[in-house]
Amino acid sequence: MNVHAVKAIYLFEMARTWRTLLQSVVSPVISTALYFIVFGSAIGGHMAPIDGVAYGAFIVPGLIMLTLLTQSISNAAFGIYFPRFVGTIYEVLSAPISYVEIVLGYVGAAATKSVMLGIIILATSTFFVDVKVLHPVWMVSFLVLTAVTFSLFGFIIGIWADGFEKLQMIPLLIVTPLTFLGGSFYSIDMLPPFWRSVTLFNPVVYLVSGFRWSFFGVSDVNIGISLGMTLVFLLACLVAVWWIFRTGYRLKS
Amino acid sequence: MQPILRVENLSKVYEGGFTALKDVSLELNQGEIFALLGPNGAGKTTLISIVCGLVNPSAGKVEVAGHDIITDYRAARALIGLVPQELKTDSFESVWATVAFSRGLFGKKRDDARIERVLRDLSLWDKKDNKIMTLSGGMKRRVLIAKALAHEPRILFLDEPTAGVDVELRRDMWRLVRQLSDEGVTIILTTHYLEEAEEMADRIGVIRKGELMLVEEKTALMRQFGQKRLTIHLAAPLGTIPSAFAGHNLTLSADGRDLVLVYGTGQGSAPVSDLLRGLAMAGIAYHDLETHQSSLEDIFVDLMRENA
Ligand SMILES: Nc1ncnc2c1ncn2[C@@H]1O[C@H](COP(=O)(O)OP(=O)(O)O)[C@@H](O)[C@H]1O
Ligand SMILES: [Mg+2]
Repeated sequence: MNVHAVKAIYLFEMARTWRTLLQSVVSPVISTALYFIVFGSAIGGHMAPIDGVAYGAFIVPGLIMLTLLTQSISNAAFGIYFPRFVGTIYEVLSAPISYVEIVLGYVGAAATKSVMLGIIILATSTFFVDVKVLHPVWMVSFLVLTAVTFSLFGFIIGIWADGFEKLQMIPLLIVTPLTFLGGSFYSIDMLPPFWRSVTLFNPVVYLVSGFRWSFFGVSDVNIGISLGMTLVFLLACLVAVWWIFRTGYRLKS
Repeated sequence: MQPILRVENLSKVYEGGFTALKDVSLELNQGEIFALLGPNGAGKTTLISIVCGLVNPSAGKVEVAGHDIITDYRAARALIGLVPQELKTDSFESVWATVAFSRGLFGKKRDDARIERVLRDLSLWDKKDNKIMTLSGGMKRRVLIAKALAHEPRILFLDEPTAGVDVELRRDMWRLVRQLSDEGVTIILTTHYLEEAEEMADRIGVIRKGELMLVEEKTALMRQFGQKRLTIHLAAPLGTIPSAFAGHNLTLSADGRDLVLVYGTGQGSAPVSDLLRGLAMAGIAYHDLETHQSSLEDIFVDLMRENA
């Protein structure tokens, strides 16, 4: 294991995070605060508690997931796309490192940043609503697992993309809608039966549901299924990354 | 002694079906300076890229100090430093950070003294905290060299190192190349600035359309293809070459004012002194002399013509 290389890549990527700290932290915090003001206070005041949880608190796990997914994907995608675009990737590809180490460095840094953001948003939310975490270990596990899984997914997008439009297309066209429709702001039990069944094809439902369970002990779907689905997606991403490096897809001619 | 680089029957066919390398074989010895000479599109960068792991070979085998570049890539790549043809740098990083990054990437533990030495050797020390985007093109090139040297490679690839580079950097670079070579680092440079290969290299390989056409000691190459030409500007024009000089390889210019002697670089100065003595004896006066040695460029053109 080339530990020095993993560390070099990780620290390089984290340095990028610190450099852009303001924009990478401030903007999610502001948008989260806006969600709380609009959904939590303004509208939430007129909403009945869901499963015994006040609406303002109910949306906290969903909001964290929303940020976690979009930030993991865009961070990891940009992290690997940019050196490809500028051409500095040559150095990483010519270094004595395995693809596992490359992925550890890039995905590790992207996931770290997302987890930090998740925690910052959780902290922000306590200014607006009363949240308590019933299963903190599970909460952190879901946070980390989701961050890693979607950073891997972002890494794949960053290798697949051959332009900045494609880089933003997946998060914008697929992930954001899936998150909004994935029960971030409502319980899927509130949907008519047909739409509830359709929703069960949305992987984000399982993430949000499992994550919410770690907060309040209530969930739309079984916690075991939530965990299982997340792991399946993680596995799928790992297989894709393995294939990318085995074939040199978009990296080597 | 085991060659530091062994390339065996290497071929590359790019995805579109273009053959960039055809059955190239080459062995390099430790510490030598090798110039790979060829026109644009000859396959120089492709060859380097395969050795460095950036391009997959289609056929053949490459070993670096006995380590196969595919099955034993870690050991092989740890020995290699690459300065790419194009300026590819991280704009927002400082010079120090990017060079330290390279060292870590190649698996070496932090060594500030080493990095300081590399930066000083390349006159980058006072720029160490500058962001790379604030540097000139020449300075960026120096940064790329520093990055390639940060992990103490045993082989250094310089892909067209002096394309668009100022005189000062060129001089610094050659000084550094000589110094590295003295320390036992093997240097492979590609160029189509032909005087450069002539000036720097111990051996020269000529590549064209993906084929390595010849590999030769520079001096042998010069002896084989090198010609010298002595032009004598006569005081008074001659009608014909006097018969006493029939044994010399002489030609007379149309206006009869210039006498031209062509001889091989391997013959030393004997032909010149013979001729000058002969002229003195024959009472032929001249007011100036001029010699010209064929450059690699001339050799190269000859070689291409022969093989065309
Ligand atoms: N990725 C690629 N795909 C297809 N053809 C390529 C690729 N890279 C280089 N080539 C072609 O291979 C030939 C050799 O290129 P290169 O090795 O860069 O030559 P040189 O460095 O000697 O100028 C050129 O004709 C070039 O167009
Ligand atoms: Mg080239």
